Amino acid sequence: MVLGISGCSTSGQSEVTSGAPIASDGRLTIYVGRAEDLISPLIDQFTADTGIEVSARYAATPELNALLLEEGENTPAQVFLSQDAGALGSLRNSGLLTALPATLTSLIPAGFTSVDGTWLGVTGRARVIAYDSEKLTAAQVPDSVDELTSADWKGQVAFAPGNASMQSFVTALRVLEGEDAASAWVGGMSENSPVLTESNNATLDLVNAGTVKVGLINHYYWYEKATEIGASNMRAQLKFLPGDAGGIVNVTGAAIMTGSDGDPDALAFLEYLVSEKGQRYFVDTTYEYPLLPGIDAPAGLPSLSSLINAGLDLSDLDTLSQTQALLARYGLI
Amino acid sequence: MATRRAPRPLVVLAVVACAITSIPLLYLVVRVGSSGLDELTMALGRQRIPQLLGNTVALATAVTISCVALGVPTAFLLTRTRLRATTLWVIVAALPLAIPSYLAAYGWLAAIPTMNGFIAAWFVLTLVCVPYITLPVAAALRVATSGLDDVARTLGYGPVRSFLLGTWPQIRPATLAGSLLVCLYVLSEFGAVALLRYPVLTTAINQAYGSSFNRNYAAILATVLVALAVLVVIAEQSARGRAKRRFTAGSGVVRHSVIRLGRWAPASYSLVAIVPLLAVGMPVGVLFYRLLQAETLRELNVTELLAATANTLALSIGGAVIAVVLALPIGVLAARYSGRIVRVIESVGYLALGLPGIVVGLSLVFFSLAVVPALYQTAIVLAFAYGVLFMPKAIGAIRSSLGQVPTSLEDVSRTLGYSTSQTWWLVTARVARPGILAGALLVAVTAMKELPATLLLRPTGTDTLAVELWSRTSASAYGAAAPYAAVLIVVAAIPAFFLSGARRAATEDTA
Repeated sequence: MVLGISGCSTSGQSEVTSGAPIASDGRLTIYVGRAEDLISPLIDQFTADTGIEVSARYAATPELNALLLEEGENTPAQVFLSQDAGALGSLRNSGLLTALPATLTSLIPAGFTSVDGTWLGVTGRARVIAYDSEKLTAAQVPDSVDELTSADWKGQVAFAPGNASMQSFVTALRVLEGEDAASAWVGGMSENSPVLTESNNATLDLVNAGTVKVGLINHYYWYEKATEIGASNMRAQLKFLPGDAGGIVNVTGAAIMTGSDGDPDALAFLEYLVSEKGQRYFVDTTYEYPLLPGIDAPAGLPSLSSLINAGLDLSDLDTLSQTQALLARYGLI
Repeated sequence: MATRRAPRPLVVLAVVACAITSIPLLYLVVRVGSSGLDELTMALGRQRIPQLLGNTVALATAVTISCVALGVPTAFLLTRTRLRATTLWVIVAALPLAIPSYLAAYGWLAAIPTMNGFIAAWFVLTLVCVPYITLPVAAALRVATSGLDDVARTLGYGPVRSFLLGTWPQIRPATLAGSLLVCLYVLSEFGAVALLRYPVLTTAINQAYGSSFNRNYAAILATVLVALAVLVVIAEQSARGRAKRRFTAGSGVVRHSVIRLGRWAPASYSLVAIVPLLAVGMPVGVLFYRLLQAETLRELNVTELLAATANTLALSIGGAVIAVVLALPIGVLAARYSGRIVRVIESVGYLALGLPGIVVGLSLVFFSLAVVPALYQTAIVLAFAYGVLFMPKAIGAIRSSLGQVPTSLEDVSRTLGYSTSQTWWLVTARVARPGILAGALLVAVTAMKELPATLLLRPTGTDTLAVELWSRTSASAYGAAAPYAAVLIVVAAIPAFFLSGARRAATEDTA
């Protein structure tokens, strides 16, 4: 499973700190880079189960990442729950994350969690093709993103080039198919009149409205929208891409900030996230892939093992910056 | 207006206010300074930069022009004609300010999914920005005399020509001040342009935070925005300078005639109704449609809604007070004195308005942690942030209304034995009151819908209406967002209502 470009970036500072263990004070401050409506019930449940009072600060992951970098060691945050691995990688590179105990990190299979134990994978999101079911049948939708550079799809493909999960797909393409093939794909797409958006949600809206035939998104946005307007009202449908770089799995993750190294309340929260109860909450509420082995994926989704996970270190910003250079070369970002 | 030397205490106060609002600029200096020369040249050499820059300039220019074209006639209709239910129309005219631009964009996209690019962004931003012209121009018209128009009419000029000769020079400073706000708003806007897929500098800044986690690149792009803002401020100042030389309001008599609409009534009512309808009616209608259409509805938590409303009111009023306190010395200085120092102070005061909220928010995180760590993530810092963010919105309104108080009136007051400060309260502040209130209104309304800085600086667990709205729309729960959008608009109508009260008072004063 681990194809390993584990070249854990140059900045692998040691986060090991010594000193007396911090005692539990029954209180925890968390920065949450995901929607409040999705996460606050889980936090309430955590408090009910453990008695630990949580003060949670909600904002989008990029904002909280920038906030944490700005706050540095002065942050009131003890735990950061991030929507993507790249943000966690940037905090690690700045020396703001603690090393987690191996008993915790070993719960999640390699490839879905950090290489160096500084953050913990919590849930997975598959890259998928969302297609307009009024214009296409599932069989007409390509099984691989490779086909989308052909003239048939000119002006019909929407994606968000600046989005972190889109970029980790391009990184996967580079690793799995080589730099030349990845460069050819990005160049081919940029010449195929792609419809560029700022977010996965906006991409899905375009497909759902019939403005474009296909869009490259994460699977879970479809379920979010279907929850709101009803699955039967969804014009956009999803095609998973088992075995294709375009169908890789991105992860959300959690980490403990340096100031709270060894804090039992913080550790308890991370343990809760990857507990059976915590993982089932995500399966039932957000339709994401559980990363803890033994918990079933949401009904209707292909199994996690059928999707390619290149064993990428999704938090490796060096390889991410190469991907961004590639996208910038073709004027996509 | 006058060439007297500015009193030292006033200059000191203005410099302090200016320094406070320059916090975001200092922050950018720190960030750009910590990126190497290589990073700087590589960032500015990216293939997309010329396109992003061109798009940004084109959009800001187009929106400013269309806002003036719509806002000046609207202000004229609100103040100089016999519209029925004028107070209602004044409130309605201010309402688009209550709509976060991303919500307006969302509403239009839901109705017309193919909307995108320049035309779409220009259309939506024009709708939400027109009040930036309408409100200050209407405030100026209320204290402007139409006597000069009458003189022009007796000399045989037509009504339009007479307006241009008589009234226009009196409202030109307010129009320019409003244009400046519109232009800077568009430079800093992110939500609507992102949804409408029009790539500009702010969308690139957001990507720099969102996927590269590259604060330095974001800061470099933000500095490009500041450079654009400098050009815009200088352009406005030089245009205003020419206006001064051409005309000086000499008459202290505030008197204007009221025009009956007659056959122009249908067109007039359409004009005052169309912008609010398209800007407010459309997105709110779409949200409520989504509310009816939604299959699963999260129950509306009334306690949460009330708490968010109270927080929003308290924070935005606090922000407005701080903004007016900061803007007063700068506005007085700019209205009463000239010279290079005055021009520089005023210009610098405006620049932060050209920056996206996330950059300003981060700069205040940086600042408050360094200077007042005990207050970090308290309501005080957030209200202060609103004051800093939106202080420039009050400068223009204060300056143009003070500019219309003839110094001869103050001289009369002083010869009657009143002291300088008594003169200020009894004469200057009284006549300038509508403008100062309009400034406070602009700040309060904008602060109510502010999101990026609020998310960064609010006390953990404190929600405002804009935060609740964001939290729901970001999870695709548009139906659940509808009540919050509705309350935000109702709450924003409160300052709009006070503005119309100020209007009545002004009319009585001058009757």
